[in-house]
Amino acid sequence: MKQVLFLAWQSLRFNRLQSVILVFGLAVTLYLPLAVNGLVGRYQAGLLQRAATTPLVAGALGSRFDLVLHALYFRGRVPRLLKMADVEALRDTGYAQPIPLYARYTARREPIVGTTLDYFTFRQLRLARGEQLLELGDCVLGAEVAADLNLAPGDRLMTDPENVFDIAGSYPVNLRVMGVLAPARAPDDGAVFVDLKTTWLIQGLAHGHSDITGTNADAGVVLNRSATNVTANAALAEFTEVTATNITSFHFHGDPADFPVSAVLPVARDEKSAALLRGRYQGPEATIQILAARSVVEELLGLVFRVKRFFDVNAVLVAAATGLFLLLVVVLSLRLRRPEMETMFRLGCARGLMARLVAAELGAILLVSAALALIGTEITLALVSLW
Amino acid sequence: MILIQNLVFHYPRSTFTLRVPELVVTAGEKVALAGPSGCGKTTLLHLLAGILLPDEGTILVVDTEPPALSDAARRAFRIATLGLVFQDFQLLEYLDVFENILLPYRINPALRLTLAVRARALQLARETGIDHRLTHRPGRLSQGEKQRTALCRALLTQPRCLLADEPTGNLDSAAKTRVLEVLFEQCARARATLLMVTHDTGLLGRFDRAIHLAEVSR
Repeated sequence: MKQVLFLAWQSLRFNRLQSVILVFGLAVTLYLPLAVNGLVGRYQAGLLQRAATTPLVAGALGSRFDLVLHALYFRGRVPRLLKMADVEALRDTGYAQPIPLYARYTARREPIVGTTLDYFTFRQLRLARGEQLLELGDCVLGAEVAADLNLAPGDRLMTDPENVFDIAGSYPVNLRVMGVLAPARAPDDGAVFVDLKTTWLIQGLAHGHSDITGTNADAGVVLNRSATNVTANAALAEFTEVTATNITSFHFHGDPADFPVSAVLPVARDEKSAALLRGRYQGPEATIQILAARSVVEELLGLVFRVKRFFDVNAVLVAAATGLFLLLVVVLSLRLRRPEMETMFRLGCARGLMARLVAAELGAILLVSAALALIGTEITLALVSLW
Repeated sequence: MILIQNLVFHYPRSTFTLRVPELVVTAGEKVALAGPSGCGKTTLLHLLAGILLPDEGTILVVDTEPPALSDAARRAFRIATLGLVFQDFQLLEYLDVFENILLPYRINPALRLTLAVRARALQLARETGIDHRLTHRPGRLSQGEKQRTALCRALLTQPRCLLADEPTGNLDSAAKTRVLEVLFEQCARARATLLMVTHDTGLLGRFDRAIHLAEVSR
């Protein structure tokens, strides 16, 4: 066998250009399905892992896919909104501790997630630097956001206006970066976390401005003053960031029970509580849907795998075509090498040894191609997970 | 020695038939096999080497009857007892000169490629004047150098009988003379029997005797 391998190596080395072309052609053919399968596998594992750690998701009636994608990954369309009263109603059932989420706005295109400190405990998120949310206008950054935007505790981060053409809409708020979370290898790495009240501030449900109730207030901004009410005109400037000196001027308008949230993570005490909670919200009169995140994600993956099956069939056809091309190459190569084979036979070489020689060359090409495809797949998966 | 008696051979789907009633070459003899094209000279060499099998008759080469052997035994006999030289050299283009010389040891599991074999290959290359080209591939050799490489390959197994099929047919006169000298020298040194096919009537005088196949097979 040693001699066969030696001759095979010499032949491949001599025909190095042809060998390299064959190796790369096969490697690419093997790499594509391997990489697609690897990526889909990781995507599936990531999605399922997140879903497994979030048993229940609650939200307004509507698309279950939108709600789960929004609540788990902060991606996709913002579902119809709930009110804080709905959150309290969930709490009042006694079956679960509801963690409200309001992920509607962005800061430098990164999703802002308004929530409570319970969320950090629930997701086991820990700070790598800085401090937790303390006051209105504070934010804590996911690890990827901090790295991508090059921000650290003490920096400021401006929220994106919801609609640049709506001058009466909400004003951007300059958030204060309080801390950076340790990498969690989860969607939390790509989010900006704020207190729920800060999200309402971004929405314009709360605001802060200079005091116009005092007698020394700028008369140019006061339209009307009565014993119980002061009306200001549009010249009254609102604060765009919360500071130690102006924090007391921030106040909310409206009933807090009507303030919006986009989803709720009900953390049930146990499986029985979870089942009872779901049962309570399954009637036709229910205005809230409570979903088992895993089953929704699995349903979503079913759609993905239907598409993947198409790619699998495609990969099989490409592999079959490549196999036929390879067969053609081998047949043509054998025809070209007939004089060489004849010489070896005349010199006393067994036909079986000649077959082993060709098989060794082909095997070496397939082996190197497979190795390259595997290395390429591993590099791709590593790069994708870094990215 | 070589002995042929009442040999009959014909290729399938061909009208050509080779008949050799009797042919004898004694051990150590240098014999030229001449004859017009198509008279069966190469076919006769292939029959002697066991590459082809006769329809009838007896072939005895160095006390062995190749047609009576199994395929494997015939191959072993060919590699151990015979040296084959071809007109078109039949060197493997992906091996250098030294590896081409060693080829019989690479393709026959029965032969062991030892240091002694390598030394013998080097010695043969030196004696045939090809030692300065050992690392070159056949594509960079002259015709004479290619034939000397093929000659070294044929002699490496120390054959007792050398069958050469027009080894000088593709060579110019200087290369022809050199190859022939080497061939005779090596055969004399190994005391090997030489049966060489040639069209070149000018060379016939240099052999112990010449056999005209057309006459023998009449």
